Amino acid sequence: MTESGISQNEPQAAIVNEFCMTICTVNGSGSGTANNALYRALFKMGIPTSGKNIFPSNIKGLPTWFVIRSSARGYIGRVPYDDIIVAMNPATFLDDVTYLPDGGVIFYADHIDLPENINPRLVLYPMPIRSLLQEADVPRNMRSYMENMLYVGIVGQVLGITREALNESLAQHFHGKPEIFESNFNMVMRGFEWAAAHLEKKDRYSVKALPALKDCILTDGNNAAALGSLFGGMQFCSWYPITPASSLVESAIGEVNKLRKDPVTGKNTCVILQVEDELAALGAAIGAGWGGLRAMTATSGPGLSLMTENVGLAYFTETPVVIWDVQRVGPSTGLPTRTAQGDLAMVYHLGHGDTRHMILIPGSVDECFEMGWKAFDLAEKFQTPIFVLSDLDLGMNQWIGKKFQYPDKQIDRGKLLWEEDLEKMGPGWGRYKDVDHDGIPYRTVMGNKNSSSAYFTRGTGHDEYGNYSEDATNWAAMLNRIGRKLDRCVADLPQPIIRKGHDARIGIIGMGSTDPALIEAQDLLAEAGVEVDYMRVRSVPVCDMEREFIASHERCYVLELNRDGQLCDILKLEISEYSQKLIHLSETGGLPMTAIWARDNIIAMEKQNSGKAN
Amino acid sequence: MEKQTEVKAERNLVGLTPMDYKGKPSTLCPGCGHNTISNQVQAAVYELGLLPEQVIKVSGIGCSSKSPNYFLQRSFGFNGLHGRMPTIATGASFADAAVKILGFSGDGDTASIGLGHFKHIIRRNVPMVYVIENNGVYGLTKGQFSATSDLGLVLKHQGKNMLPPLDLCMEALISGATFVARTFSGDTKQMKELFKAAIVHRGIAVIDVISPCVTFNNNDNALQSYNWGREHESPIQDITFVPNRQEIMLDSFEQGTVREVRLHDGSSILLHKISQDYDPTDQGAALDLLTESYKKHYFATGLIFIDQSKPTVQDLYDLPEEPLNRLAPERLRPSAEMLEQINSALS
Repeated sequence: MTESGISQNEPQAAIVNEFCMTICTVNGSGSGTANNALYRALFKMGIPTSGKNIFPSNIKGLPTWFVIRSSARGYIGRVPYDDIIVAMNPATFLDDVTYLPDGGVIFYADHIDLPENINPRLVLYPMPIRSLLQEADVPRNMRSYMENMLYVGIVGQVLGITREALNESLAQHFHGKPEIFESNFNMVMRGFEWAAAHLEKKDRYSVKALPALKDCILTDGNNAAALGSLFGGMQFCSWYPITPASSLVESAIGEVNKLRKDPVTGKNTCVILQVEDELAALGAAIGAGWGGLRAMTATSGPGLSLMTENVGLAYFTETPVVIWDVQRVGPSTGLPTRTAQGDLAMVYHLGHGDTRHMILIPGSVDECFEMGWKAFDLAEKFQTPIFVLSDLDLGMNQWIGKKFQYPDKQIDRGKLLWEEDLEKMGPGWGRYKDVDHDGIPYRTVMGNKNSSSAYFTRGTGHDEYGNYSEDATNWAAMLNRIGRKLDRCVADLPQPIIRKGHDARIGIIGMGSTDPALIEAQDLLAEAGVEVDYMRVRSVPVCDMEREFIASHERCYVLELNRDGQLCDILKLEISEYSQKLIHLSETGGLPMTAIWARDNIIAMEKQNSGKAN
Repeated sequence: MEKQTEVKAERNLVGLTPMDYKGKPSTLCPGCGHNTISNQVQAAVYELGLLPEQVIKVSGIGCSSKSPNYFLQRSFGFNGLHGRMPTIATGASFADAAVKILGFSGDGDTASIGLGHFKHIIRRNVPMVYVIENNGVYGLTKGQFSATSDLGLVLKHQGKNMLPPLDLCMEALISGATFVARTFSGDTKQMKELFKAAIVHRGIAVIDVISPCVTFNNNDNALQSYNWGREHESPIQDITFVPNRQEIMLDSFEQGTVREVRLHDGSSILLHKISQDYDPTDQGAALDLLTESYKKHYFATGLIFIDQSKPTVQDLYDLPEEPLNRLAPERLRPSAEMLEQINSALS
């Protein structure tokens, strides 16, 4: 890590590679390409960067913001202020500038009228977008796209992003379309040259190339999840479109033909099928899982609500299936394009009657990949639905992650019996017999030609052979055996990751996409004199490591993006002996968590709590 | 009512006896039309010479959906959720395309809670037999109106039905079904021949079986009662299924009165003309027939429509010949080199 350029005492000192820039545009104007070109150029220069799209639930015409955070220190969580804004949308201009502190920078399209009372301590760079566009003689239908390319060039030049990085970044975006690349890159350069000739550098922010980010990739969690699933041997995915899960399956659609040709026959080994609704999406995945295929679906909260009855069916019939929930803000339709961690409590016990599920919670794009393939092994090992809880922030935004690691284990189909296995086993096989006393029975699937392989699968009460049964003892035995799978699964689930402070007596706990914010918060707290250890939970049910973490701290703050502290509740319930030590802190606005919010809240709580302790 | 088929010492093509196709004893009401369906399904599968293991049974919830337990015990079965049978069938159809799928559903399952799935599985042309055991009433919840109950039907606890029925053959037709038939639990011969043809058909075969509920909806004037059915049944043709291994012998007497529909595997459906010539490949004629029969209050049964040109949902994917569920794990995981390419494209 390099030295930070930030200095509290000298506001005019140069700040290198540390800033947050928000690009304010109108959605549907094609700004996505331009914004991606900018942040990828920073990544190409070796600067840790994240790109978050704050977008409306709308196709065209409403305000949208793209937030690029660069941090030489590697902090890629959201920050609640801007250092730089690129103002392309007159409608939001007055509000947008309020996020800038003194010394902040505005690049603005010069057809936007500036208010008279604008903060004189801001640095202003007018951008003659329209006249530059006119000079370039751009066809009418291409204008809004090209406007965006102009600001890429202007902002890039003023900040010190190199031509080479911009070129490489844009070329990657328009890979295989050299003509489109050229027209776009020419426009970027037009902006770049204009800025070089006409703008005098007045602000303190700049970028400087760092050594290349070693073994890092830039992608979104949904793409990573899709790839992980394809490397996990997914054979069937049925789905129904929903924000923010659609791009997960769409990524898989984009990759499946390339990645999943049978090495023997050259035919396809994975089917992706869009169906009529979420009930059908999970129903078909259950049918495929029951039939012996590695099956999954991907959805978000409202879709999961619709799938609930099917979840219970899969749970009780012990059918392997993987369900990705890319969470958005609920309840109800909620905020479809904002992020939250509000489905955890629902998912844990999803379904009527006695149910409890295994949940994986990735916190980075590389974990989305890893849990993508592992989920299938777990589903088949435990013969149960496996949930993977991602969210909009992780799923749809751009993140730096470690290179995807090739699976270190062979595909594990679990206790699946074919003809010869049944023969070896001899007579007496029963679908729901607990032969190994681990709660996990042996299963057969359709197409098995052994005459004792078939059984009747039903969501109603059944005995060890699948026969209908209303017998009380049998019911209890069946339900308790299924429950035992949950009690014993934790050793197979991802363990938490603990980041130690120095002699900390306080713990902070989080999950999923808040990881970058909480890592940064831990450091900010240390700077403020509050040492904390940080634990990121990566699966539910809870495990011993989590119990020990809580046990070994005076108190732990559980920080999450839901109102009632759902993770905190689960920890309190399952580690009830230490429930008094757990305090929940919730942020519910639909935006990614910020380190500053976490720090400030913990410091405030600590003042109260240490007061109590005295 | 219908007697259980007598156990004979005979064996079929694959060397099995009718006993090998039996199920558990039925717990449906004695005389239930659904028991007839169970018997004819197992007879059809037996006579076609399919191994029970080459067939799966899927169903939803209701009396109809319980019935798969009462036949083909050696076949895998999945009794799933109310109305969702087609979703299970859709997923399972990709696991092993050589396995025949028999779906069983009722009028509550198909015409109400699962109507959307019914239409969409037809639209996808999932290769399977979709049997609706249609009795115009909710039996398992003890006698409520269904969406196929006749207008004006009076039930004990509900009074008079004020809403007109849906015609599920009509729904199937306009959704693009590739095989549509209607039959009656009082006409076992026709039913069995239709089942055989439907099992061999490559695509979705919808069979609406009017199957009386002797407990809740069997008054003489009720559309789905035995007596109404017997009095009003008007078969549109006399059906014989001829398997691909048999030569077709037609009397010169029959020339011009028999239509032959050749199926993809070389089997045939012979349709003997009854009163007027009916072309089951003409969708317009099929729609007219259903409209007329509802209007004029007669009960048209037989093969209403068949179209063998449409691709099945599996045809849309270039899948291996081998069952997908038997592919070895190493054929399902892309190589480490492929991952390296992905990593470098993202870095």
